Amino acid sequence: MSPALLAVQILNGLDLGFILFLVASGLTLVFGVMDFINLAHGVQYMLGAYFAAALIAWSGSFWLGLVLGAAASLAMGLVLEWTVFRHLARAGHLEQVLATFALILIFTDGVSMIFGAGALSINLPPSLAQSVSFANGFSYPLWRLLVIAAGLAVALALWLLIARTRLGMLVRAGSTHPHMVQALGVDIDRLFLLVFAFGAMLAGFAGTMAGALTGVEPTMGDSVLILAFVVIVVGGVGSVRGALIAALLIGLVDTLGRAFATDIMSLFLSRSSAASAGPALASMLIYVLMALVLAVRPSGLFASGD
Amino acid sequence: MLLHRLTDFARREPTTALLAPVFIIALFAGQVLGVSAPATLLARAAIFAIAALSLSFILGQGGMVSLGHAAPMGLGAYVTLSLSMLGFKDLLGVMACAFIVGALFSALTGLIALRTRGVYFIMITLAFAQMAYYAMSSLSVFGGTDGIALPLRSTLFGWPLLRSDSATALLALGLLAALFWGLSRVTRSRFGMALRASHLNEARFTALGFEPLPYRLMAYSFAGGISALAGVLLANLTDYIAPSFLDWHRSGELIVMVVLGGVARPFGAILGAFALIYLESLLGGLTQYWNLALGLILLAIVLARGRFERTARIAP
Repeated sequence: MSPALLAVQILNGLDLGFILFLVASGLTLVFGVMDFINLAHGVQYMLGAYFAAALIAWSGSFWLGLVLGAAASLAMGLVLEWTVFRHLARAGHLEQVLATFALILIFTDGVSMIFGAGALSINLPPSLAQSVSFANGFSYPLWRLLVIAAGLAVALALWLLIARTRLGMLVRAGSTHPHMVQALGVDIDRLFLLVFAFGAMLAGFAGTMAGALTGVEPTMGDSVLILAFVVIVVGGVGSVRGALIAALLIGLVDTLGRAFATDIMSLFLSRSSAASAGPALASMLIYVLMALVLAVRPSGLFASGD
Repeated sequence: MLLHRLTDFARREPTTALLAPVFIIALFAGQVLGVSAPATLLARAAIFAIAALSLSFILGQGGMVSLGHAAPMGLGAYVTLSLSMLGFKDLLGVMACAFIVGALFSALTGLIALRTRGVYFIMITLAFAQMAYYAMSSLSVFGGTDGIALPLRSTLFGWPLLRSDSATALLALGLLAALFWGLSRVTRSRFGMALRASHLNEARFTALGFEPLPYRLMAYSFAGGISALAGVLLANLTDYIAPSFLDWHRSGELIVMVVLGGVARPFGAILGAFALIYLESLLGGLTQYWNLALGLILLAIVLARGRFERTARIAP
């Protein structure tokens, strides 16, 4: 493997990692603050991408569509909270699993009814659809670099919001001691509404960023949801810092594993058995990583309350 | 008097009261409209009822909300496939192997997952099921993501028992009845009481000198083995095995079956499985977007039940 190939794969891994971070950061707070299991977060990722694709086509402007798409994701989060999630906040995990599973069925089918089951594409403006060349002869798509930059910016903003503001203090307190926060007179339902809608917007934004790379489909949220779960479990429920580190770790391990597993396996095995065992092993790698982390730390790397 | 009894029943068992009419209507409408061959549908419902029953056991008795129960079921189907590809097709042997593989998978993943509780447990079981899904998808011997046809159906001592779908349906119903009886015995046994106690009051259970993990792990592995048995029958019914057998949507459907019928009631899981399979077939015959309709019905049931149970609790 050449250094340039390795560099491209590391950047791809960071790319996936930051997308996962955008999805997982909102979700981990919803889990942490309300002990709420939300399977429909992947749907919010998918809806965000559809909102952006439709609004970019409607407005004719990429940037306007991007901003309107994020606003639509936020609005959708508010609507879902009012109509469904609010009524389940104090129900058991089972009811939450059932209701959010129902939401997945509704929106996945609903979207393919409206937009068709095939993939839509988000067309980048020419200024963004180019590649950046680096010194030693390899180039990398600009949009993928922007995904990394946007992920870093969101991580910084979230850190400032959570570590430096009064709202962030309440979210932190709510994720470790929700009953005490409520007893001190904080409206924890409104806190939940804010966290939930904000998380929906981040997920929608992540869907848009990823949708511009891979296309927008009704089932695009499914695999991301499960990867986000792995990220949250590894990072520790309720911890945004844990989500960031775990997301980058998972993104890198998954991408590098898929890229190089067959090569590494062929050091030990024959060419043909490496070619069949490599992909199987690569696809299991992040789950093995999760199992290892959990064997050592059952509540994740950065468990809230530590 | 009868009306009073009915309202009393509805108050005590709101789920059954809501579900029973839906169940009966769907059952009859499916037959009348002829949307699916009845024997195949019956077999399918009975097979899923077996898997749902085993999930209801760990969920109702042990409080383990596993969102990966389709994984051992799918592995059971893949065991059937791989043995059949090797030329071995005796039903009892295949079932024994499938039980062992399903129980082993559940035991290994359970060792990690059962150290956690609540949302962690749900997410970890889902993640491990997805791991099995991707592992099966990437094995080209089994047709990768496309799946592959089952070469030979299982036989019982060389006798092609599973040749027709009605025989499969009868076998599945028989197994279901035996498991229902067996699991209700286990529930009432010392083991069942210990399992329930470990879930209802873990602190007191531990203080009495019990260790919760062995009980929970035992139940979890056992349920995985039973789910794999359902997978064997499903493979023989469909003749085609694909990674979608282990898909997490399937795990979600199993949870739906268990919760619809009422969690603490094993019969509820059976009822839920029949209701969901017949409802899917009925809606599938009516519209291409049957998932949308199913989702709306499920959401309405969850929200309505929450409201109903709240008022039922307030009323004396």
